[in-house]
Amino acid sequence: MTQYTTVFGSLTDFAKGGVQLVDDDPKYYAFSNIFEVASAAAPYEKVAVGKNLEYVLEAIRAEGTSAWRAAPHDEFALVMDGTVRFELLDPAAELVDPSSGGSITLEGEPEGSPMGTVTAQRGHMTMLPAGKAYRMHSDGVGVVLLQTIEGPDTVFRWADICQTF
Amino acid sequence: MTVTEAPANRLGYRQFGVGGFTFSRDEYFVTVEWPTGNHQMPVDHWLRCVQRDVAWGFFYGIVNFDSVIGTMNHYGTVDMFAGRFNEAYRRAEVDYNETFDHDELLGCFKAMLSDWTNEGYDPFAAPLETGSAFGPSSGSNDDAVTRRRVVADRMVGVPGDEPLRSDESGFPVNRAFADVDQDEPVIEAEPGYEGEVCSFNLFAYLSRSDVTWNPSVVSACKESLYCPTTEEFTLPVIHGNDRVEWFVQLSDEIQWDVEDRDTGAKRARVIMKAGDVAAMPADIRHTGYSPKRSMLLVWENGSPRIPEMIAKGEAPVHPVDF
Ligand SMILES: [Fe+2]
Repeated sequence: MTQYTTVFGSLTDFAKGGVQLVDDDPKYYAFSNIFEVASAAAPYEKVAVGKNLEYVLEAIRAEGTSAWRAAPHDEFALVMDGTVRFELLDPAAELVDPSSGGSITLEGEPEGSPMGTVTAQRGHMTMLPAGKAYRMHSDGVGVVLLQTIEGPDTVFRWADICQTF
Repeated sequence: MTVTEAPANRLGYRQFGVGGFTFSRDEYFVTVEWPTGNHQMPVDHWLRCVQRDVAWGFFYGIVNFDSVIGTMNHYGTVDMFAGRFNEAYRRAEVDYNETFDHDELLGCFKAMLSDWTNEGYDPFAAPLETGSAFGPSSGSNDDAVTRRRVVADRMVGVPGDEPLRSDESGFPVNRAFADVDQDEPVIEAEPGYEGEVCSFNLFAYLSRSDVTWNPSVVSACKESLYCPTTEEFTLPVIHGNDRVEWFVQLSDEIQWDVEDRDTGAKRARVIMKAGDVAAMPADIRHTGYSPKRSMLLVWENGSPRIPEMIAKGEAPVHPVDF
């Protein structure tokens, strides 16, 4: 039987495709690469690589320990490279406005009950439940793709990350 | 339903009709007839297209089976058309469109899929993994053509939500993903929080997908839907977007052909490799080619506000302005 090799990308080994134009503007495709974006990002910077109305996909460079965060809706973190530990906490008091969207940075460590941890590697997807607090940790450098809503800390730098010609 | 109750033809296949359209098949081809014309398509291609259209409930926007035939979803009603998005048909005024109740056209397509799919042929499978669609009527494959589409409420693997896939549940690792790591994440939940500390190996889950080009929902952040799918060979349909959709290439490579949605004029080719992210504008149609089975994350916005925004011309055509 034919042997196949599945190609995944990583920070140290990725190849980028692109838009080949016939009669079009490459900006309309907002073409970027998650590993390239994470390579140039500060730890835990939330750089939008996708946006559809209020919803965003954020590429996050996981390095060291993040601040605690909370969002009023579920978010989903897909590890694209490295090993990332997610720590979850059930807060003693409501941390976020339930009608808002996106996650906010929490000052210090919120009060509440530890819920547990997830240690995730490439391809693993972790739920960050609505209303709970979470933080991420990576001993090395990891990459997370976050499914969420645009929030105060979402960074937009399309002109830097997208193919423009 | 207006399915024609004609007796089967000499090859054992029934003829179907809905509104002004009739559909018949022979050993190799499907013939579609409407009041102003007719059209033929190889039956394997036809079944692959109808299978997706049925599984997706006509999906978002336009599902072109080729440059002539297709459907357009109005989320309650659905158009079936011939030549509507083909400049030559439009100019000659031989294009044809008819609006159906969603369930009426769906019922016709489902009956056709059941009758025209022979034993051993799976329209969802890659060509290397299934038998032939051709020849006289022989048996059926209703288990394959009536697969249930996965739609997670929160996320696959959350207790009470869509289950993980395993050998035991009938989802062995696909031959093209034999090298994909099957280890699950390490979950340490405090007592009482087992239902909320949830994580799963999405890549392993996808390595066990038994279908191609069939996005299904694995996680939902409100109306933001992760619809990953495994792709091999060609996307049979040419999807005409009615809203912006996004792709994240999770593994391997897909090449997309992008055309003007209304005329079919070529606009671009988009080459996506692992880690690449790209949007498809709302005024294009696209088809894709995956030389090796690959993992593609299709990211959709399922907001019920969008059909109204589209009707008012308020839905953005381009993903972002910069
Ligand atoms: Fe599409």
